[in-house]
Amino acid sequence: MPDTPVLELEHVTVQFGGVVAVDSLDLTIQPGEIVALIGPNGAGKTTAFNAITGVYKPTNGCIRFKGDILEEDFPQGKMRKLYRGRDAGQYQKRVVRTPDEICRLGIARTFQNIRLFKQLTVFENVLIAYHCHIQANIFASTFRLNHREERRMRDGAMALLDLVGLADSAQEKADNLPYGKQRHLEIARALATQPELLLLDEPAAGMNPQETDELTSFIYDMKERFKLTIFMIEHHMNLVMDISDRIYVVDFGKRIADGRPEEIQSNPAVISAYLGVQA
Amino acid sequence: MSFSTFIQHCLTGISLGGAYALISIGYTLVYGILLLINFAHADIFMMAGYFMIFAMASFPWQVAIPIVILATVVLGVVIERVAYKPLRNAPRMSVMISAIGVSYLLQNLATYLFSALPQGYPTIPPLKKVIQLGSVTTSLVTLITPVLTILLVILLMLLVRHSKFGMAMRAVSKDFETSQLMGIKINRVVSYTFAIGSALAAIGSILYFTDRMSVTPFSGTMPGLKCFVAAVLGGIGSIPGAMIGGFIIGITETFLVAFGYSTYSDAVTFLFLIIILIVRPTGLLGEELTEKV
Amino acid sequence: MPVNKHRKLSPVLSLAVILLLLIFLIVLEQHQASNRMVVAVLQKGAILAVAAVAMNLPNGFTGIFSLGMAGFMSIGAYITAILTIPTDTIESVYYISGVAGWVMSIKRALDGLPQPLLVLVALLIGGLVASLFAFLIGIPVLRFKSDYLAIATLGFSEIIRALVASPQLDRVTNGSYGLKNIPGFATASGSGALLIPFAIAAVCIFIMVLVINSSYGRAFKAIREDDIAAEAMGINLLKHKELSFVISSFFTAISGGMLAMYMRSIDSKTFQVSLTYDILLIVVIGGMGSVTGSIISAFLITASKEWWLRFFDQTLYIGNWQVPLLRTGFRMVVFSVLLMVVVLFYRRGLMGDREFSWEDILGLPRRWRRRRAVTAAARADAAEAKDGGKHDA
Ligand SMILES: Nc1ncnc2c1ncn2[C@@H]1O[C@H](COP(=O)(O)OP(=O)(O)OP(=O)(O)O)[C@@H](O)[C@H]1O
Ligand SMILES: [Mg+2]
Repeated sequence: MPDTPVLELEHVTVQFGGVVAVDSLDLTIQPGEIVALIGPNGAGKTTAFNAITGVYKPTNGCIRFKGDILEEDFPQGKMRKLYRGRDAGQYQKRVVRTPDEICRLGIARTFQNIRLFKQLTVFENVLIAYHCHIQANIFASTFRLNHREERRMRDGAMALLDLVGLADSAQEKADNLPYGKQRHLEIARALATQPELLLLDEPAAGMNPQETDELTSFIYDMKERFKLTIFMIEHHMNLVMDISDRIYVVDFGKRIADGRPEEIQSNPAVISAYLGVQA
Repeated sequence: MSFSTFIQHCLTGISLGGAYALISIGYTLVYGILLLINFAHADIFMMAGYFMIFAMASFPWQVAIPIVILATVVLGVVIERVAYKPLRNAPRMSVMISAIGVSYLLQNLATYLFSALPQGYPTIPPLKKVIQLGSVTTSLVTLITPVLTILLVILLMLLVRHSKFGMAMRAVSKDFETSQLMGIKINRVVSYTFAIGSALAAIGSILYFTDRMSVTPFSGTMPGLKCFVAAVLGGIGSIPGAMIGGFIIGITETFLVAFGYSTYSDAVTFLFLIIILIVRPTGLLGEELTEKV
Repeated sequence: MPVNKHRKLSPVLSLAVILLLLIFLIVLEQHQASNRMVVAVLQKGAILAVAAVAMNLPNGFTGIFSLGMAGFMSIGAYITAILTIPTDTIESVYYISGVAGWVMSIKRALDGLPQPLLVLVALLIGGLVASLFAFLIGIPVLRFKSDYLAIATLGFSEIIRALVASPQLDRVTNGSYGLKNIPGFATASGSGALLIPFAIAAVCIFIMVLVINSSYGRAFKAIREDDIAAEAMGINLLKHKELSFVISSFFTAISGGMLAMYMRSIDSKTFQVSLTYDILLIVVIGGMGSVTGSIISAFLITASKEWWLRFFDQTLYIGNWQVPLLRTGFRMVVFSVLLMVVVLFYRRGLMGDREFSWEDILGLPRRWRRRRAVTAAARADAAEAKDGGKHDA
């Protein structure tokens, strides 16, 4: 029997008014995999991430995390008439979760347009991410009755910064870091929430080939060290082909192909929809 | 209560609601475009009251009213230019504080110039004309207010739906940055928006104070808060919504006062705010906006 | 390393300053009769410092805009006043409509407490009641748009004011007559006039600083910086905004209670919206997100308003020439213009979001020296580049 998948999307549709950004998307991610989501600009990749992390709720469909329902919804109210996706009527339940709940369940993410806590230090950025699993209540935390926990958080943050090579800039303002380092810091911050599944939204955007190579091995190291499952959106084909176990390709919100990197590279549908656009 | 007192209260309520509606539109337009609660709007409305006192001192009402509207529009636009425009790219909090600052300044300035004592509001003879409708006696202002309000709202909606300026305004409120990139002159749109809002506040102030008969530097605060609530109630960003919200709040308030609960009439307005936020956060006519992440 | 030396030095310096302040306060307390103005300014400064730091917590540290200060202060003030007015003189305060029975029974129940403890209990009850109100307002408002918190809290404080003055509450709040005979800070001999308000203020501010520096305080700052990222990092927005707002309201009410003790008599007009704006002025000038900024600014603004710039409100003649503009109300116009100028041109205020630190002060000369060296180097570089250009040509 295969393991239960870490993440399953079943007929997930996200619609904004009349725009169907994600259209009945199915996908499955097994533990320990690195899976890439690729597709032309505006294909709905980020929207899919936002649905998984609870920023947007799916208009229709079901998302499961480690076999349990994370979110499920069906078109309601005004959407009933507006709905343009498929598989309407297949879902009856309504399960919604807020992004913070989802994060605490073990899904962490980074953002396409970096969203660090800019005016805070690099160290604080990571330290704050440890807050999500805090045991102490505000009273205990205020009067430092949890000094052991606090110490653990601080040590953990420092160790993590050491690991990603940002220990030297720990006391700098996050905003003052060079761009590439900000991307690393965002990953470190996500790791600090101790996720099982890590979602990376274009981690190599704006990086040169050398930086991209470094990032590739960095992501791979982190995956091994923290026993992660990684789901990432990326446009750099080298990176994608290098480390992905499997690739999903979407266009106009729909899945048009999936498979191992070699298969995707030679898939005619992908070449015409995706690589064709680029050429 | 007898039928005729009931009708009497209805008329009063609708009239108060009409004045509220005109003020709410100023809030709703500005919030729609700049996502700013224009705290100063209440005090612009209050200043319009003082303008009327001075204008009527030297002119007949036919001249005074346009002067007051013009002066209020100038005040509104100048405030936007001086206090909000330089902060276009500043954090939201700074702009809100700036709005509070203007409100604080206008109140203190009014106290300094006109003293904190109530000043008598002049009577505009035709508005005060008493009218007999069956067993109900009322003044003309009570009848004119709702009619004028609805006319102005229809006019404004036509403007927003069908003029080039209206299209620019809708574009800016949908997506500030993109419309800027599309070559829309944001500053001009914002200025016009403030001008419209202030003009309506001036008309609202004439209708409101004619019934209240005096102005103080703090006369704007409570009506201002209520009108913002009216805008939220109707759905922020929606012009007909603001009108409906204004009427609801005006009528409710009048009846609460009529039944002797005037102490709680203000509180009930805020109960509305709380209830609407729980039940339907987008307001009666508002549409849901999802922030892009 | 000089920086390390500074780090070791700074607790010593802080302790020294605190000791000096303590001595100064004790000496001043002994000579209060001849220094009424200074004493009053210091008392009020301490009270407003608590209010300003409390306002800074949601507004400057959490990024939510709360404008309910006047309302929460009036809750604290009225509760403190009602509980501490001596039971034997209370009939004379409520001489118009009498005291409600339940108020009397609460007072009788607390009568056994010694005075300092009674004050403490009263302040705490005021704080707790205000927190409860804040909690209830926060649930609907903070969930959806925290923008609307500004309106909801402003409305709340106006409603509280209307309720306090309403005839229905005559037998509790004494309606529009207000309350008097509130005991002040000092004992009969006049001792404690400064030490007591300063001690209460210090404890309140110290606790708020602890909150800000705790893990929860860091989460508040994360929300201020980027609420979407904070939420994605597992921070429950509603819960943390509620916490910040409730804690702020608690200490605001305590400052309100202290204000009642300072003023000795209060009525609903004391707590108009302009009181909230006065505190906002202090916070903005001190720097949103800086505790030390708020404290320094509280004393500076209070001193200027009540003492140094008082003459703005009085007609002034120099010889036969009347100085223009100066008359009642001018002072507040100046302060509101000051607020606008700070918001528009010095958005960071005195301190920005930094805190006062000895390391910064002691490091200043070194940094100046370094900056001078850097500019000199840059100038040399520029000169060299120009030379290089010539060679190339
Ligand atoms: N909040 C929103 N409201 C309305 N439309 C939206 C919203 N978010 C995304 N969209 C639309 O959904 C579609 C998919 O956008 P999305 O950001 O998911 O694309 P993407 O695949 O991530 O593209 P890119 O490679 O450029 O990041 C686009 O047409 C976009 O305009
Ligand atoms: Mg994207």
